[in-house]
Amino acid sequence: MTASPYLPLEARIADRHQESDTVFTLDLELTDATARAAYRFEPGQFNMVYLYGVGEVAISIVSDPDDEHALGHTIRRVGRVTNGIAKLKKGDCLGIRGPYGRGWPVERLQGRNVVLITGGLGCAPVVGVINYIVRRRDQFGHVAVVQGVKHSADLIWRKRYEQWAALPDTQVLLAADVAGPGWPWHVGRVTALLDQVTLDPANTVVMMCGPEIMMRLTIDILLQRGIREQDIWLSMERNMQCAVGHCGHCQYGPQFVCKDGPVFCYPEVKALFGVSGF
Amino acid sequence: MDAILGPECMNSNEKIQGWMPRERFDELFGALSALGYTCYGPQVRDHAIAYARITSSRELPRGVTDAQQPGSYRLTHTEGGRWFDWANGPQALKPLLFAPRESLWRVARDAQGRLSFTPAAERPAKIALIGARSCDLAALRLQDQHFLAGAYVDEAYAARRRNLLIVAVNCTRPASTCFCVSTGDGPRAASGFDIALTELADGFVAEAGSPVGGDILGTLVSGAASRVQVKDADEAIAQGAQQQVRSLPSRNLRDVLFDNLDHPRWDDVAARCLSCGNCTSVCPTCFCHRETEEPQLDGTASEHLREWDSCFTQGHSYIHGLTVRAATRERYRQWLTHKLGSWHDQYGRSGCVGCGRCIAWCPVGIDIVEEATALHGGGK
Repeated sequence: MTASPYLPLEARIADRHQESDTVFTLDLELTDATARAAYRFEPGQFNMVYLYGVGEVAISIVSDPDDEHALGHTIRRVGRVTNGIAKLKKGDCLGIRGPYGRGWPVERLQGRNVVLITGGLGCAPVVGVINYIVRRRDQFGHVAVVQGVKHSADLIWRKRYEQWAALPDTQVLLAADVAGPGWPWHVGRVTALLDQVTLDPANTVVMMCGPEIMMRLTIDILLQRGIREQDIWLSMERNMQCAVGHCGHCQYGPQFVCKDGPVFCYPEVKALFGVSGF
Repeated sequence: MDAILGPECMNSNEKIQGWMPRERFDELFGALSALGYTCYGPQVRDHAIAYARITSSRELPRGVTDAQQPGSYRLTHTEGGRWFDWANGPQALKPLLFAPRESLWRVARDAQGRLSFTPAAERPAKIALIGARSCDLAALRLQDQHFLAGAYVDEAYAARRRNLLIVAVNCTRPASTCFCVSTGDGPRAASGFDIALTELADGFVAEAGSPVGGDILGTLVSGAASRVQVKDADEAIAQGAQQQVRSLPSRNLRDVLFDNLDHPRWDDVAARCLSCGNCTSVCPTCFCHRETEEPQLDGTASEHLREWDSCFTQGHSYIHGLTVRAATRERYRQWLTHKLGSWHDQYGRSGCVGCGRCIAWCPVGIDIVEEATALHGGGK
């Protein structure tokens, strides 16, 4: 993308959407036309987003690779950088560098049933691949989208879930641990919804992102139901600062999550998955 | 890649060992300086031996040696007045290439809030490092792999690496904390230098490791080293190897460590460890660094820097409101399972070169060899 993999480029906030109290989406546009035209990414990759004078955060790209308008970044305000970014408005500038990492295995999905399981803002790294599938719907078998949130108010993209549910041979299942008024879907753990998903072990690929405890419990259920380990893909999160495998923060055993991941095939991370402290 | 990695050992069959009389050593500074190099060499600084700019053999640590123990490093005087009669101090070659703190880029912000980014344009000086030990050359090969050999090349490191010339000095006086023999990294410098010297009473047996090293030596040696001089040098190195009292139980402890993640020894060492990060600062292979920001007060520009970080800090494993390794037990376990374990997956060998710095410079004297041995003994 640039001469130095460390150097950001200026990007303008083309649009801003408040998704929930704490979650917002920025559509970012590289201001340099040449850089904008040259920029390519795959679903599941991320950018380092830079707030002037404060620092950078790793944010996955939620828009579709074929969408030439802007690069979508859905962000929860939680720390120093994201709380600052939350205050920016349409037209403001920040920096981005990327894309980094290995994305979802889209080439392995052709003709297969696809199950996407997400928890909380884990839906953000996955929505890119959902959009990818939706745009090319006839290339895939049965599609199930399963999303869980802590509180029903945390659910973002409600309209999108409704649109996806209306597609042929597509199942959308939502759950909230705690539900407020007007929540028509399941109340309880997202893992309970898996009973409603038909899983054909010979022809299913599962992709997931969310809290590790949720992913661990989900993997247990999937394995019990015969899904093969090599058909399970997950997006991991660790502290990332350089995004090029040099700074050391994101190491997960032998893996550098920023460059070897963030998307891993389950056997690649299985040895340490669930071991606290890695 | 070869150009970046620079000097490689010449075919050992063609190795010619010359004799450099002690009184001609100072000509080395002139020869290096004529080639545009700034010389760095060992000197006594703050009661320790450190590499600093040097222009004459008078600045070398003459008649100085060290006594090192877990949690202890002391300089003492030694008979004979040799210049390289010591084992490594706290500083490795690492800071010369992987800078402790450096600017990555700068961003200017105009009145409209537009941002323009400019990479740091450092033009590193040509540095000739005199006195590098074999363990540090092994560590340098590992840092080269980390910063240069992957899909992303670290330009700042690469620029400094290209400009580095190395005069190694074979180690003939290991500290009690040294264990390079057990890791296979010393005490003889086998490759990765331009010139390698072995100090004897009245001069140096010298060997070239690169064409430029050969050219320099051509003007400084008085002729081939005699068979006696070569034999004396070999014996001095062999004797140094025999004096080492520590050794790791195996060159590959990966499976032992990852099979023992719940070993009680982790609690034991965590009760002693201060989580200060000294071990990672003195380690010649530790590569972690954090990025920080220094904005100007007037809001018109900001500088983006990186500086050494340590897996023993709270911030190292921070993600959105939670710390993956909040406890010291987990931090020490991360460090050791990485250093002696997952380095094998990442770079094809252990990340430990047996320099022993982490033992001497640990304020409470935690000994990596002792910890690894305890975990090894408790293995399945």
